[in-house]
Amino acid sequence: MKDKLKKIEGNQFLLMITILLFVVMYVIGLVVFKDKNFGRLQVFLNLFISNAGLIVIAVSMTMVLLTGGIDISVGSVVAMTCMLLAWMMENKGMGAIPSLIIVLLIGVVFGLVQGFLISYLKIQPFIVTLAGMFFARGMTSVISTEMISIKNEMFLAWAQAKIYLPFGGYVNKKGVMVYPYVYPSVIMALAVLIIVFIVLKYTKFGRSVYAVGGNEQSALLMGLNVKRTKLKVYIIDGFLAAFGGFLFCLNTCSGFVEQAKGFEMEAIAGAVIGGTLLTGGVGNVVGSLFGVLIKGTIETFINFQGTLSSWWTKITIAALLAFFIILQSVLASVKEKRK
Amino acid sequence: MKRKVLSALLSVAMVATMLVGCGSSSEPAAAPAEEAAPAEEAAPAEEAAPAEEAAPAEAADGDLIVVGYAQVGAESDWRTANTESFKSTFTEENGYQLIFDDAQQKQENQIKAIRSFIQQEVDYIVVAPVVETGWETVLEEAKEAGIPVILSDRMMDVSDDSLYTCWVGGNFVKEGQDAAKWLADKLEADGRGDEEINIVTLQGTIGASAQVGRTEGFAEGMQDNWNMLAMQTGEFTQSKGQEVMESFLKQYDDIDVVVCENDNMAFGAIDAIKAAGKTCGPEGDIIIISFDAVSAAFDSMIAGDMNASFECNPLHGPRVAEIIQKLEAGESVDKVQYVDEAYFDTTMDLKAIQAERLY
Repeated sequence: MKDKLKKIEGNQFLLMITILLFVVMYVIGLVVFKDKNFGRLQVFLNLFISNAGLIVIAVSMTMVLLTGGIDISVGSVVAMTCMLLAWMMENKGMGAIPSLIIVLLIGVVFGLVQGFLISYLKIQPFIVTLAGMFFARGMTSVISTEMISIKNEMFLAWAQAKIYLPFGGYVNKKGVMVYPYVYPSVIMALAVLIIVFIVLKYTKFGRSVYAVGGNEQSALLMGLNVKRTKLKVYIIDGFLAAFGGFLFCLNTCSGFVEQAKGFEMEAIAGAVIGGTLLTGGVGNVVGSLFGVLIKGTIETFINFQGTLSSWWTKITIAALLAFFIILQSVLASVKEKRK
Repeated sequence: MKRKVLSALLSVAMVATMLVGCGSSSEPAAAPAEEAAPAEEAAPAEEAAPAEEAAPAEAADGDLIVVGYAQVGAESDWRTANTESFKSTFTEENGYQLIFDDAQQKQENQIKAIRSFIQQEVDYIVVAPVVETGWETVLEEAKEAGIPVILSDRMMDVSDDSLYTCWVGGNFVKEGQDAAKWLADKLEADGRGDEEINIVTLQGTIGASAQVGRTEGFAEGMQDNWNMLAMQTGEFTQSKGQEVMESFLKQYDDIDVVVCENDNMAFGAIDAIKAAGKTCGPEGDIIIISFDAVSAAFDSMIAGDMNASFECNPLHGPRVAEIIQKLEAGESVDKVQYVDEAYFDTTMDLKAIQAERLY
């Protein structure tokens, strides 16, 4: 019991570092770019608008990492989802709702197959999802090698429905009064975050996810059904990958083969910066949200600065990853000593 | 107790590391802003007394036209030359401030960049779209903020074309027409104007706008005594170009002209012709016409292998600046704006031209 308590302490310490880092970065942005409207609420909201899909993917990645697994197929699943949505609506004339239901079901099936291979046949998650990654990207190009633009009215209405906030408005240079806004995708992404947070924290399933990732042997001895827990996690992960793909598609409104390349790595980076351990058992979806926001803030910096190469985003992320990995390992060794 | 001290020390150390880490990551970002700051502060001080704090920023903005450019990436020499053209045109001396964003070939990055430009209240947004589709939402946002959007290089597939002000780019059809015209003049000058001329074409990747436009343009310029023996795609690559040319040479004995829809395929075709024991270029039997006019094409022409190359001009910066000046003056501009494009053949002083060119 005492051990468990310590673990949570370490866990929350990592989370606090991540949040603090985000706040510090944002304050630096406010100081450096104060002439360029960095302080506007909309700049902050744009972090969510542009990364709504990634937030969902990072949340589901966190869950997978908690079990000690990994899923590198999500980027390709996002591309396949976008392509399928575009293809069904534009080339097959289907409605937006049936198309959405179909892609979500495909996501579930995808997760089910991967989860079965991983949990029941005990194949390495990396290899299974690597195959899944190639398969989904390949299927994307089988559906269509051409890029498809989504013109379905209902879908565009979802994508473009601005939800204005009643405060924080400003008059821009052209004399237009503008209120900050978000899109429905942001609300859906945050809803997913909250639901997964509650499930992981307050349900039996959520606690078994942590237990399985912490130590599979003791989870077994505790009488938990490790295989079923893992299978469930991958099914949810498949569903969320498709759902994240849908949110991503709301932002880009198109389907093409090269979409969302490297998305899985951005999700993993977001989760790790957010304090999730790749060895499993430690992590928090709120941290992953901040991991994604940190990435978004770096991108905003580089754009506002205006002359830096955008590769600096990757370089900074690399530095942050290194910092957090070292931090985690230091924490782990401190804990080891305490014992 | 000892543990507590240790952990406290540790956390202090970590926060310190973090701040250093942060500082170094944002230092390059901070430097130019700091450099710019004194100038901005000094200006209003010398002028009338500024009432508000916001005044310096506004004064600076009033002088310079702020342009945000969302570039595709840096995947080719052509693209790099295009970027350089914008950077050298939109300078502070010319009255502009350029905010440049490299999207690394990702549409989502370009969408983010455009959103960020809108928040920075740039005066104009220029986009070289990675893909043609999926731009409605973000362009609506720009329209709502009253910022004109100019497209460069590639078109956008949007249902409402009032979402962008105009498009600037190369005219592939005209390149094809020019090539046909050049060939007609060249044959006339050689006294072969009435002879039967056998032509083969190495096409680009089928469906690419460069392939479609160049094929169409050249077909329009075909003379009655010209005979198009075959057209096949070489997919814009040197190896495929060589392969297709080899098969053409086996099928046809008497090829007079090879039209290659980009320079790389022309290099492959030249290798195939030489391997087959035939000659090409200004001194040889087969005339080689190519497109793009990259630096290596100049080398090839200087070496006497290629006859002419028709450029695909990446230097869009000056034309975009011209459009912005017109818009600033309140004039209307045409929706489609072609950049000027030239061609180069072996009669010119290629070495001097090559030395001046950026790509």
